[in-house]
Amino acid sequence: MAETIIMTGNTAAAIAAKLCQVQVVAAYPITPQTSIIETLSQFIESGALKAEYVRVESEHSAMTVCISASTVGARVFTSTSSHGLLYMHEQLHWAAGSRLPVVMCCVNRGVGAPWSIFNDQQDSIAQRDTGWIQLYCRDNQEIIDTVIQAYRIAEEVYAPVMVCYDGFVLSHTMMPVCVPDTETVNSFLPPYKPHTFLSAEKPRNINPVIFPGMRHNSEGVLCDGYMEMRYKLQEALEKARDVIVSVGMQYAKLTGRDYSELLWRYKTEDAEILLTGMGSIATEATVAVDQLRQEGIKAGVVGIRAYRPFPRKAIQEALKNAKALIVLEKDISYGFEGALCSDIKAALYGTGLNAPLHNYIAGLGGRDVKAREIYEAVKTSLEDMKSKKAQNKTIWINCRR
Amino acid sequence: MNIVENFDLFAPRLINKKELLSGGHRACSGCGEVLAVRLMCKALGENTVIASATGCMEIVTSMYPTTAWEVPWIHVAFENAAAVASGVEAGLKALRRKGKIADCDIKVVGMAGDGGTMDIGMQALSGAMERGHDMLFVCFDNEAYMNTGIQRSSGTPMGASTTTAPAGKVSMGQKTWKKNMAEIMVAHNVPYVATACPSYPLDFIRKVEKAKKVKGPSYIHCFSVCPTGWRCPSDQTISLGRLAVETGIFPLYEVENGKYKLSAEMPKKLRPIKEYYKSQGRYRHLGEDEIKMIQDRVNKEYKKLLNKVQCLEAWS
Repeated sequence: MAETIIMTGNTAAAIAAKLCQVQVVAAYPITPQTSIIETLSQFIESGALKAEYVRVESEHSAMTVCISASTVGARVFTSTSSHGLLYMHEQLHWAAGSRLPVVMCCVNRGVGAPWSIFNDQQDSIAQRDTGWIQLYCRDNQEIIDTVIQAYRIAEEVYAPVMVCYDGFVLSHTMMPVCVPDTETVNSFLPPYKPHTFLSAEKPRNINPVIFPGMRHNSEGVLCDGYMEMRYKLQEALEKARDVIVSVGMQYAKLTGRDYSELLWRYKTEDAEILLTGMGSIATEATVAVDQLRQEGIKAGVVGIRAYRPFPRKAIQEALKNAKALIVLEKDISYGFEGALCSDIKAALYGTGLNAPLHNYIAGLGGRDVKAREIYEAVKTSLEDMKSKKAQNKTIWINCRR
Repeated sequence: MNIVENFDLFAPRLINKKELLSGGHRACSGCGEVLAVRLMCKALGENTVIASATGCMEIVTSMYPTTAWEVPWIHVAFENAAAVASGVEAGLKALRRKGKIADCDIKVVGMAGDGGTMDIGMQALSGAMERGHDMLFVCFDNEAYMNTGIQRSSGTPMGASTTTAPAGKVSMGQKTWKKNMAEIMVAHNVPYVATACPSYPLDFIRKVEKAKKVKGPSYIHCFSVCPTGWRCPSDQTISLGRLAVETGIFPLYEVENGKYKLSAEMPKKLRPIKEYYKSQGRYRHLGEDEIKMIQDRVNKEYKKLLNKVQCLEAWS
C-alpha cells in the first residue's frame, strides 16, 4: 500500500532510488545534495537496499563509476549539485555517448564565483548539450515520481536522465509525499537489460577511438562513424518525447497522479497571459496567477517538465492563444538572455504567434522570489508591453540594477 | 637471467601461448609498451576486464571497428582509468551477489601511461587504491606524453629533452626529478606493489600473476621503452630496458604487505648510468657534470631502496 509521509525532497529522491533497487551508487558529498547519499548509505548499511556504494574521491569519479558499472549491467544512481555537476561535465558526455541509462539527481544550486550554496538552475542548464534527458520537478511528490519514471525512460531509450530540482526550496523542505509501494514500482519498472556489456565469454571494446568516416569491420560490414553515432543519440532524445509521455501515462494509471504531458498547466484554459518556467519558480508563479486573476487578468502557468528533449510541439500548442508571454528562469546565458527563453522563442518560430515576451531572470544564487514580486513584475510588464519598443525584453527582477 | 637466455627452451612451458592482444595493431616498431601489454594479458588470462586510459595503447589497439583485444576492454577518457575499473568491479560484485552473472573470478585491470597514472590520473588511482577495490592497476611508464608527441610528464626523468621541456641554450630539458609512483602506491598500504620491465618477461609475468591472486588492490609500475620518444634505435628496446635496470635507474623490486624485496634480476653491482644515456637522443645534450649529478641521485635513491629492503618488515 502506498503511504503518505512528510519528507524533504532529498529523502524522496533517496527513497525513489531504493524503490528502483539500484545496484551501484557512486556519489560525493556536496551541498545541497548530500542528504540523498547519506540516506542511501543508511539504507545500504542497514540492509534495506542491497547495493554497492562506491565512496568515490570526486564527482568526476562518481560519474565514471556509474558509467562503467552501468556498462557491466548494473542499475546505477548518483546525485550532485553545482560545482560537482560541472566537475562531472566531461563524464556526462561519456555517459550519453555510451548510451547508458544512468539516472542522476541534480539538486540545483548556483555556481561560483562568487561562492554560493544556494539555489538557481545555472548548473544543470550549463549541461544542456551533453546528451542527457533533463526533467524538472516542481515539488517533492514529483521528485519521487520522476526518479522512478526516469529509470523506465532511460532504460527504454538508452540515454541518461538528470532529475533536476531546486536546492533547499525542495531538497530541504518537508512536504507530504505519497510513496508508492514496492510491488507497484516492481510492476512498473522491469529489470535493466543492458544493450551491451562486458563479459569474458563475448569480449567487446567499449568506447574505442573512431574515425570521421564510416569503416568496414573485419567481416566487411560498413560500421557507423562518429556522426552516425551522434545522429542516433539525437534520434534517441527526439524519440524520448513520446517515451516520457507514455511512461508518464502508465505511471499515472498506477498511482493516479498525472504525468501525461511534457509540461504541466495551471489555469491555462482561457488564459491570455502565460507564464512559463521550470521547477519551483513555476510553482511560485501559480500563486502570482491567482492574484492576477483576482484582478480579472486572465493569466495561467505552463510549467516545463522536460527541458531536454525540448517539448517543441507541446509548447506551440500550449502557448498558441497567448497575448503576452512571461518566461521566468533561474539562469542566464551571459551576453544574451535566459536559456529557456531562447528555446521557447525558437519553438515558436514560424508559428505566427507574435505575442510580446518578457524574460525574467530571477532568484539567482538563492535570491528569494516571492509570488508578490512575480505578480508585480507581470503587472509592470503588461503596462510596458503596450509600447512597441518594449515587446521583447530581459528583466532582472528583485535585483539592484 | 639464465632463463631468459634460454628463452626458446623455457618459454613454451612458462608462458601462456594464447594471444589475448593480437598483432596488427598500430604501435610503433620497437614499442616496449605494447610488448608489455601483450605479456600482461598472457599472465592475466581470459577472465579479465581491462579498463584503459586514453593514450598510445588505447588508440593503437582499438581503432573502431577493429580491435586487437581478445578480452573485454573499456575506455572512458584519460584521467579516470582507476575509477572505470572501480565501477566495473563494483558492478560485477553487485550483479554476482544478485545471481545475475556467474559466480566466477574476473580480474579487473586498470591501465594507463605515466601521464594517465602519475599526473592527471593520480586522484582517481589514489581513490581506488584507498577504497580497496579488487583490482590491479598497471602503469606503463614511457616517461612522457608519447601519444600527443613527447611532452614532459611527472614521469619524465631529469635531463630528458621533450617537446614541452626541450633542451636548449638555457635549459637541460626536464628540470625536475621523476615522481616515484611505486612509493606513492606503497604509501597507500596496498597488499602488493611491484616494478617491472618487459625486458625481463618472466619476472614481469610472474609479478602480474602474483598481483592477479591478490584479493584487493595491487599496483605494477612497468618501465616501457619508447624508441620514438626517446630518440633511440627501435632494435634497442630490450637492451635499453635491461640497462635501465642494471644501472639502478629503474630497479626491479616488489613490496608485499609492506615488505620490500629486490628482484633476482638486480645485479650485485650497478653499471654506470652513462652507458644507458649514450644511445638515447633525449639525453644527447647532457654534459659530464649533469650526468654526474644524475648519477649521484641514482646512487642515493638506490641506497634508500636497499635500506628499505634490509629494514622494513611486513605488516601482516
